[in-house]
Amino acid sequence: MEFLQSLVNSLPGVLGQGLIWGLMAMGVYITYRVLDIADLTVDGTLGFGGAVCVLLTVNGVNVWLATLIAMLAGMLAGLVTGLFHTKCGIPAILAGILTQLALYSVNLRVMGWGTSAGTQATLAVSVDKYDLILSSRYVRDWSENLINNPIVVMIPVTAVVVAILWWYFKTESGSALRATGANRQMARAQGINTSTATVIGLMISNGLVGLAGGLLAQYQGSSSVDMGRGAIVIGLAAVIIGEVLLRGHGKVLVGLLGCTLGSIVYYFVIQIVLRLGLGTNDLKLFTALIVALFLAVPYWKGKAATARKRSVNSKEEKNNARA
Amino acid sequence: MLELKNVSKTFNPGTINAKTALKGLNLCLNDGDFVTVIGGNGAGKSTMLNAIAGVFDIDGGSISIDGNEISRKSEHKRASMIGRVFQDPMMGTAPTMTIEENLALAARRGRRRTLAWGIKKSEREHYRDQLSRLGLGLENRLTTRAGLLSGGQRQALTLLMASLVRPKLLLLDEHTAALDPATAERVLELSDQIVEEGRLTTLMVTHNMRDAIEHGNRLIMMSEGRIVLDISGEEKRRLTVDSLLAKFSRAAGEDLLTDRVLIGA
Repeated sequence: MEFLQSLVNSLPGVLGQGLIWGLMAMGVYITYRVLDIADLTVDGTLGFGGAVCVLLTVNGVNVWLATLIAMLAGMLAGLVTGLFHTKCGIPAILAGILTQLALYSVNLRVMGWGTSAGTQATLAVSVDKYDLILSSRYVRDWSENLINNPIVVMIPVTAVVVAILWWYFKTESGSALRATGANRQMARAQGINTSTATVIGLMISNGLVGLAGGLLAQYQGSSSVDMGRGAIVIGLAAVIIGEVLLRGHGKVLVGLLGCTLGSIVYYFVIQIVLRLGLGTNDLKLFTALIVALFLAVPYWKGKAATARKRSVNSKEEKNNARA
Repeated sequence: MLELKNVSKTFNPGTINAKTALKGLNLCLNDGDFVTVIGGNGAGKSTMLNAIAGVFDIDGGSISIDGNEISRKSEHKRASMIGRVFQDPMMGTAPTMTIEENLALAARRGRRRTLAWGIKKSEREHYRDQLSRLGLGLENRLTTRAGLLSGGQRQALTLLMASLVRPKLLLLDEHTAALDPATAERVLELSDQIVEEGRLTTLMVTHNMRDAIEHGNRLIMMSEGRIVLDISGEEKRRLTVDSLLAKFSRAAGEDLLTDRVLIGA
């Protein structure tokens, strides 16, 4: 009973965090599912978005503008990975790792902007001093600071992002991007510049992750250099959980909504295992194993189906031979 | 209209796997030519089509369409002039996208892809008409994903996509080889129909000698990266499998027996 009680108490936090990470998961969905490449830039991009957003905010920039610039910063990171990949011929996964590594240094510099050392691993932004869009402090606040309640903020933000993405993927340009991910050979034969499409996809994806980073930094009251560590795995977890729950069969709108749902479910499961006694330091191990399991299941299913087919065929052959 | 001059291509040069696929290839197509291409495995048929389409850069020589040199242009730029159907039915369509979305992609070949809506309402009627010409019932399945279609249906759809925006040149690369005989026959009929209606200049690679003889107005045979036979007009109309083999043995000589087996005559 006490267990359930505390679980229910954690629900607002689960929703707030899940909604923010849902945007991040949409970024992962766009590269991993729509574009069919694994982009590891995002681990660095989340921290980049956070660092840029906090730096600008503490220097007096309007917080909405700062959040928007965090998104543009993410798009810039995606552009770099895209150019590494398409202009320098570096495999996509490696291009992402390179940008991610470079961003570690960049993020230290961004957060250390104006300090004597020039680098800094965390940068705080207190909701008492700055007029933040949202904060985890107000996650249960349904009256006084309602408009800064993360849940109240994130639902319309998510809706707007999903609407824009859904519209984009229905345009000529967005269709070309989807075709590039579905069949590069065919896309080129139909006159689509697959390099450009790939770069655009990486920019949109990382823009979303940068935006999520900016919002997450406000939510937790600081940005830190390793806030994005393992983000790709959490994003993947959300994408896969969403797919299992919604079965969109490749429909983009369903896929995007699945990201938010999957992300919320992911944080809910995390709350349960934490309350069952798992240490916070073991969370990454737990997450990695869960994602590995979910990725392995379709593979095993495929193998089992082939094996079944083979045994049916050999039985038929035996029967035919007898006849 | 299409002119290949002294085109050469070697894959993996300087390695133990070096393979000279095209060796000083020359070919000139007239407007409206429907040329069938035959030859044994490794003769360079598909390599020639891929060189024209820009799948890889050629080592030397020139390729031009209507007098414009295209051998330095990227594959997607050349696509504005060239329609293609591949051997593998999976290669011509985007499996996760619907039939109408695939057609809409093809309808924008050679145009800038903007932020305008991907399919306009008025297009759907047009697609329905075009699909009904295939006689496969696809006109009622506009929102079916291409991945759910059979190999023959996909090849027919790819054929339609390749000709939706009239190409200056149509490249058919053994596009019926992966289909069962009845379906292959139907797709070939459709190819004839589409080529004829659009008066399209066409290169069709085939493994089947009879198909090569029965279709098109001109036949070329390749061996070792070159064209060894070029038959057109009345001579082409009077061709039989046996007379073609006799001609080939005079032209190419040595490899006849192996090639005869490979071609399956």
